[in-house]
Amino acid sequence: MAAFLLRRLVNYTALVVLAASLAYLLAAAALKPRANFEDRAPRPPEAVVEAQLTRLNLNDRTPLADRYRTWAGGVLHGDFGRTWQGEPVTAELWRRLGVSLRLLLAGAVLGSAFGILLGAYAAIARGRAADRLITVGSSLLLAVPVFVLAVLLQIVAGKANDATGLRVFEWVGESTPGASDGPFGPLGGLGDRFRHLLLPTVTIALAQFALYSRYQRSMMLDVLQADFVRTARAKGLRRRAALLRHGLRTALIPMTTYFAYTFGLLLLGGVFTEKAFGRHGVGEWLVDSISRGDVNVVAAVNCLAACGVLLAGLVSDVLYGVLDPRVRTGAAV
Amino acid sequence: MTADVVTCATEHDSRGGPGQGPDEEFAWRSGTLLGRAIRTAARARCVARSRRAVAGLILLVLLFVLAFVGPLVSPWGWDDTDFAAFRQGPSVHHWMGTTQSGRDVFALTLRGMQKSLLIGLFVAVVSTGLAAAVGTAAGFAGGWLDRTLMWGVDLLLVLPSFLVIAVLAPQTAGTWPTLVPLLAAFLWMITARVVRAMTISLREREYVLAARFLGVRAPRVIVRHILPQLASLLVVDASVNVSVAILAESGLSALGLGVRPPDVSLGSLIADGQSGATAYPWPFGFAAGLLVLIVLAVNLLGDGLRDVLDPASGPRWTGGET
Repeated sequence: MAAFLLRRLVNYTALVVLAASLAYLLAAAALKPRANFEDRAPRPPEAVVEAQLTRLNLNDRTPLADRYRTWAGGVLHGDFGRTWQGEPVTAELWRRLGVSLRLLLAGAVLGSAFGILLGAYAAIARGRAADRLITVGSSLLLAVPVFVLAVLLQIVAGKANDATGLRVFEWVGESTPGASDGPFGPLGGLGDRFRHLLLPTVTIALAQFALYSRYQRSMMLDVLQADFVRTARAKGLRRRAALLRHGLRTALIPMTTYFAYTFGLLLLGGVFTEKAFGRHGVGEWLVDSISRGDVNVVAAVNCLAACGVLLAGLVSDVLYGVLDPRVRTGAAV
Repeated sequence: MTADVVTCATEHDSRGGPGQGPDEEFAWRSGTLLGRAIRTAARARCVARSRRAVAGLILLVLLFVLAFVGPLVSPWGWDDTDFAAFRQGPSVHHWMGTTQSGRDVFALTLRGMQKSLLIGLFVAVVSTGLAAAVGTAAGFAGGWLDRTLMWGVDLLLVLPSFLVIAVLAPQTAGTWPTLVPLLAAFLWMITARVVRAMTISLREREYVLAARFLGVRAPRVIVRHILPQLASLLVVDASVNVSVAILAESGLSALGLGVRPPDVSLGSLIADGQSGATAYPWPFGFAAGLLVLIVLAVNLLGDGLRDVLDPASGPRWTGGET
């Protein structure tokens, strides 16, 4: 198992390097940071723009290979270069990563856990009211894109705020200025941050829930009729134990592949959620940087995303191996 | 042929065969045109018995009719501007109201719908087909082909699809058909991995081994013995891909990276309408509502298809599971 994982790790590292390089090359070739300077009024002299762009390693008149070499050299030392305005990218990246992780982790864990449990339950209770409710609910949610769901939740929360006369729900930004100065001190500030996190987290959790419950129900249905579940029952296991230990475990095997790579979808959902709720996370930064032509930021965010997706892939391999021993030997063939 | 000779969801088994004489039995089994026609008819009857599939199909057809016949009936074109009506609610003149700049919401929304429907359909066919082909080939062949294909899958998965699409979409002039290959190219990899994993375990089943040892060539074994077992996964996947493609296109357009003005898509309509959604819900409401309806109809159809076409989940019409 250790050798298998090591081999995967080496393979994944090569892929991260390749993906990050390709992302940089694509961004550097296609985006035009020079336009930012040319749009300024008064327009700065050509020589100044040229010098500034060269200093930031954003000059499109430098050969692409040279720019790539400079960028890669920096990345090897943990330096992702500077934004087109000259700010260091790395520090801002870590700050925004914290903002994004707070949002995504809670939403993903809640959404996938509820999705898997309720999806499996729906398959077991096939055709009954609970199944109908879960299936209809997840179908509805799956049909509502994140950027519509966010607006709908905001409308509902606004109505709820008006109806109760309290500002229970807050959804713009990450905190209310001065919340820590209230009667509860820092605790009030923490509560305020939690309040701001509530609606975005629910948005992400609902989107993930819809996906997971749908797939899990489908996988579980395939397993329920299988002989080994019947055998488990026949040898005297209770229905619950047979379904959990033999049914759910087997039905989770194909899910692990999805488990890792819905992570990519999660990041994308994060982009829309951050945009809709005005949270200054990594996703919002990426979209803004694409339209600003900020090559180094785009490359850095993609580096991070590639690492994340591959880490999730590694976790998926481990899970797959734990759940299905055949894969370990299968990989060696 | 009577309707009862086919047991739904088991038509690939011997139990599903007609057994009314050697000729028909032969036609059923053979790959001839007649055999195929009989099997297709049997399958169609099964689908017709699923209320969800029928409901989804009818809803989808109605939406198609609305999207493509509606503009012929509407007095306003999508690029017309009514300078006498800004930001108005639904009326006799403007069936869904007008936008801030006096454009007819009905015409705009239908134009967005046309794009969504066509993009969803094309992208799903391309991406699911690709996933099935690559996944079964890699899983069945193993060895260097498997390693190469899966390495390609891993590479595409780590490639920042969002960035590639966001950067390339504006350079392809922003017309919608160029979005189809862009979206399809990044939707098939996960399914290909699942298909490969399932193919590896199916490869060792007795009936597959039997076919292989009898000398049946690999492509034929895949089509006749592996793919039917994966049908449920692929059908669900295709239905998910239709909705994912539709949502992806509208999402890109909502961020301003997909279809660009003056042309419209449901996504750009939603993005334009959401800031004033509480006070003036018409552009946001109709676009968002129809987008949700389209995806819902697709999902209904997919769920219904899964229930009837799945050969693995046992007899459905003889009492269900206990």
